[in-house]
Amino acid sequence: MAASQQPGPPRPGEQFPEVIPWLRTDTPGRVPSLDAPAALAPENFTGRMGGREVREGEKLGVEKRAASSEVEAVPVSAVAGRRPGEQPKPRVPPVLPSSLSSLEKGQQSKRRLPVIAQGVGSGATAAATTATATATATAVPVGAAAANVAGAPLVAKPGGKPKKKRAGSGIPARKIITNLVWLRRASQVGFFALFFYFLVHTAFRGTFAAQSGEPVRLPLPVEGFLLADPFVAFMTLLSTHAVYRGLAWSIVVVALTLVFGRVFCGWICPFGTLHHFVSWIFPSRYLKGSSRVEANKTHGWQAAKYYLMWGFLAAAVAGSAIGGLLDPICVAVRAIGLGVIPALQYLGIHGSNGIATSNVRPLQMAADGAQDVLAQQIWTANQSYYHQTWFIVFFLIAILFMNRFIPRFWCRALCPLGAFLGVMSRFALFGMEKDHAKCTDCNLCIVSCQGADSPQGGVKHRQDECHMCLNCESACPEDVIKFRFLPNRKGTIQKPNLERRTVVASAAAGAIAIPAMRIANWPDKAYSEKVIRPPGAVEEREFLERCIRCAECMKVCPNNALHPAFFEAGLEGLWTPILIPRIGYCEYSCVLCGQVCPTGAIQKITELQKTGKDEKTGKEQKPIAMGTAMYDHGRCLPWAMATPCIVCEEFCPTSPKAIWAEEVEVPKRASKYKEKGEALLMETVKVQRPHVDPSLCIGCGACEKVCPIVDKPAVYVTNAGETRSKTNIILLENTSYGKS
Amino acid sequence: MRLNARPDESLTGHYLSATFPDVASEKSSRREALERIGLTGAVLGASALGARLLYDHGGYGLAAPAGARQVRDFRIKGDPKLKLAIAKSSQEPEELVRRAVDALGGMKAFVSRGDIVAVKPNIGWDRMPVHAANTNPRVVAEVVKLAFDAGAKQVIVTDASCNEPNRCFQKSGIWRATYALGATVILPSAHRFRELRMKGDVLDLWPVYTPLVNADKVINVPVAKHHNLAKFTAAMKNWYGMLGGRRNRLHQNIDVSIADLATFMRPTLTIIDATRVLLRNGPQGGNIDDARDMHQVIASLDQVAADAYACGLIGEKPENVKYLKLGHERGIGNMHWHEVPQIEV
Repeated sequence: MAASQQPGPPRPGEQFPEVIPWLRTDTPGRVPSLDAPAALAPENFTGRMGGREVREGEKLGVEKRAASSEVEAVPVSAVAGRRPGEQPKPRVPPVLPSSLSSLEKGQQSKRRLPVIAQGVGSGATAAATTATATATATAVPVGAAAANVAGAPLVAKPGGKPKKKRAGSGIPARKIITNLVWLRRASQVGFFALFFYFLVHTAFRGTFAAQSGEPVRLPLPVEGFLLADPFVAFMTLLSTHAVYRGLAWSIVVVALTLVFGRVFCGWICPFGTLHHFVSWIFPSRYLKGSSRVEANKTHGWQAAKYYLMWGFLAAAVAGSAIGGLLDPICVAVRAIGLGVIPALQYLGIHGSNGIATSNVRPLQMAADGAQDVLAQQIWTANQSYYHQTWFIVFFLIAILFMNRFIPRFWCRALCPLGAFLGVMSRFALFGMEKDHAKCTDCNLCIVSCQGADSPQGGVKHRQDECHMCLNCESACPEDVIKFRFLPNRKGTIQKPNLERRTVVASAAAGAIAIPAMRIANWPDKAYSEKVIRPPGAVEEREFLERCIRCAECMKVCPNNALHPAFFEAGLEGLWTPILIPRIGYCEYSCVLCGQVCPTGAIQKITELQKTGKDEKTGKEQKPIAMGTAMYDHGRCLPWAMATPCIVCEEFCPTSPKAIWAEEVEVPKRASKYKEKGEALLMETVKVQRPHVDPSLCIGCGACEKVCPIVDKPAVYVTNAGETRSKTNIILLENTSYGKS
Repeated sequence: MRLNARPDESLTGHYLSATFPDVASEKSSRREALERIGLTGAVLGASALGARLLYDHGGYGLAAPAGARQVRDFRIKGDPKLKLAIAKSSQEPEELVRRAVDALGGMKAFVSRGDIVAVKPNIGWDRMPVHAANTNPRVVAEVVKLAFDAGAKQVIVTDASCNEPNRCFQKSGIWRATYALGATVILPSAHRFRELRMKGDVLDLWPVYTPLVNADKVINVPVAKHHNLAKFTAAMKNWYGMLGGRRNRLHQNIDVSIADLATFMRPTLTIIDATRVLLRNGPQGGNIDDARDMHQVIASLDQVAADAYACGLIGEKPENVKYLKLGHERGIGNMHWHEVPQIEV
């Protein structure tokens, strides 16, 4: 009941008892830090180093060339955590003998080691708190949060505020590494900004500087990130047995990976940067401390991305580029370009409209001005609508949400490009070396590890998972981790840890899935007539070999005409582009979709090939047809309702026009009674009735777009008669099995 | 805390007052009661007031459009001597425009110093100048130049295109030609349309392209073309570029809608570009052989008379073009263009 019996340090006025029951050491009564430095002699240190129990006096073979110049082979390093059941040992920050000698000489060590014998008041309480902290510390003391509690005593600098010190030994990382970490952050931000810049400029903006006859092209290589994507290049190489044009740029990323490992993931990938950012800024409140360390340890489910990759590559061999569904750049372009940007546009337009109706002139002008800038620079003049975006955006939000529980979940578990680069990183010349002897299991490296590749001492480093973010070496206070060229590979696993049977099973599943899906839906057999492919698309079998569902064509289309298919082209055709003329028609002389397609699913055609006309040279040839328009005579106003119209004919862009009008006089019953008690009169109306000439129609859908019967138009386009297909032909004159 | 109560007090009461010392004096409890009742009453009153103000009676049916009839009259005051000027005597479009406008008194007669002038060419289609589907860029540029020379503060060049606007503005050559002179080229976007009540026979409440109506002076610069449905399109039909919404429905009663538009919008000046005219397959064209060079520019203060003259260029008679008759009947202008005071230069 006496106050002195209560836990805590002795209160002022109380006698310092001889035995301090609350200070649990195995040598009761000794407070090591207050004792003479002789107590810190190495031979008094026992305990385990990260990994296994080490006997006193045992010499350890450290990794070659990993020893720093200041240290000879150190027999035993200092105490860090303890095994369950073990007696707690006095915890003192480890001090190396040579530095100790310099301390004894009274010199300040250049490496800012904790000065034990300085500042009695702070030292005493500091030592006491560290001792208690040890006693109550869990088996896995944690880094950042714990740094203030365990092992980082506040040192009172003369004339300055108490500064938080680096944990553990406090050995700072190499200058080059801290600089590289900042360079890496700048690189991530820069590449993400570049990606976003390319994405918003995947649209034709027009310029006052162009001559009127100039072909309309995009000034920037907006599909650049996809061209540099090695997974896309390899997949299409397997499916088409060729490397298409700009995809040759992926050799740069391959070379980078072969030399440096997965630097693409850590330094360049914009999708990875997005996940990195989200996991930094939105982790759940439980994702701190030990649970973050647990999340960042290497897990078995990280192998899933390799199995996915093998499945997709097998599917590519079977003739489908379906791996583009999960390729990270494709996901980013699709979700951000088709979902996020139009959604922001929706908010922007509605917000600005709300302001505009406020009838306050300066606000209205400001809103108009803001809208102008946004419409010219970020999005397009009219709101874009895309079929299917609910699904696509939901997918994005779901995987971004996973970052709350496991940082960079996508990169670790699902990314097939990361898996592909991981497989290649076994040849990397640059890698990590660890001095396991020095590791004190502070876990600071794991806290900031992006790739979950086991940077900590005591276990082998997973080189195939490492993103080369360099956070671990930057955080490590014990000088354990070193990134260097041609590192010692004894402590690393270079290959992904996969089960052979699962690899075979995934590959088999990928290979079998494609024919299974094609038996269900195949052109001419069970394809929807709504599968109208973009102009310049190759024939369907080859299209499916090439289309990676990146959505570049859909984003660039100026009329918002191309949309991701749901199951119109079967399960295999998910998110491949189809023309939906109800939403937008294909502009007559526009060839932009072929310009941005990275894999050649849509070829780079010229205006002459598309329209069949060249105004400069007067050359004429057969144009590319995507399908044919047909009339529904029951719905067309002049055909069924004796009302003049022919907007379709007005909008038909071909010359001579594919729609021609026939003038007829038709009977029409009046809608109002002329005389009371009389029947309704019959009148005659002159209308022009439209007809389609299928040999001229190119299936652009302009007629369907402008037809005033909005819900189900009286003229509609189907893919019958598309010139890219040898079998989907209507007219005899277009049939020739020998023609290409 | 005492465990036994005095004879004159209850055990519970003492316990309560000891544990919750606030529940003590009677004075604060009455005030507090009043406060609480007041607060409840205030919340109740506010909810009742809110419900009263935001009450929805229900009921079915669309509200009748409200608002006064809107007309945009940009004509200059005064009674000019000449109303129609036909320039034929040059091969250069710029020269033709200058002669036609000078014959009516020069641009100074129409544009005052410091005016904001809206120039409305035809930039409807994704065609090159050789197709004659849009106004000749040289004609539009000359109009802009004359407006600036007359002292305009700002000259806006715009149109609500049928095809994709960026392509139309670029391919027609008008963007490049007018931007070089310092005109403000505005591309149509969704936020630039406001609903106006025109109270015509066909057009009542329609979204209107605001840059064309929010100006001091408006100059109409159409191109003369064949039109498959309306037979001919030039000045009066050019105002379609002022409409937003679903213009594709207007074709069911196209002549009346054109007359309504011409009633709503009276420009300062009409300059019809007949330097190269589309003879067939209008309004979009697409075949170079369908267009022919005619080397004429018509400047007019009477858009009906100008159209009536220009339809003769494609071989059409004013009697066959129904909207001209309607415009004549509504008093917008005179379809018998011979009767209009005119000059040929």
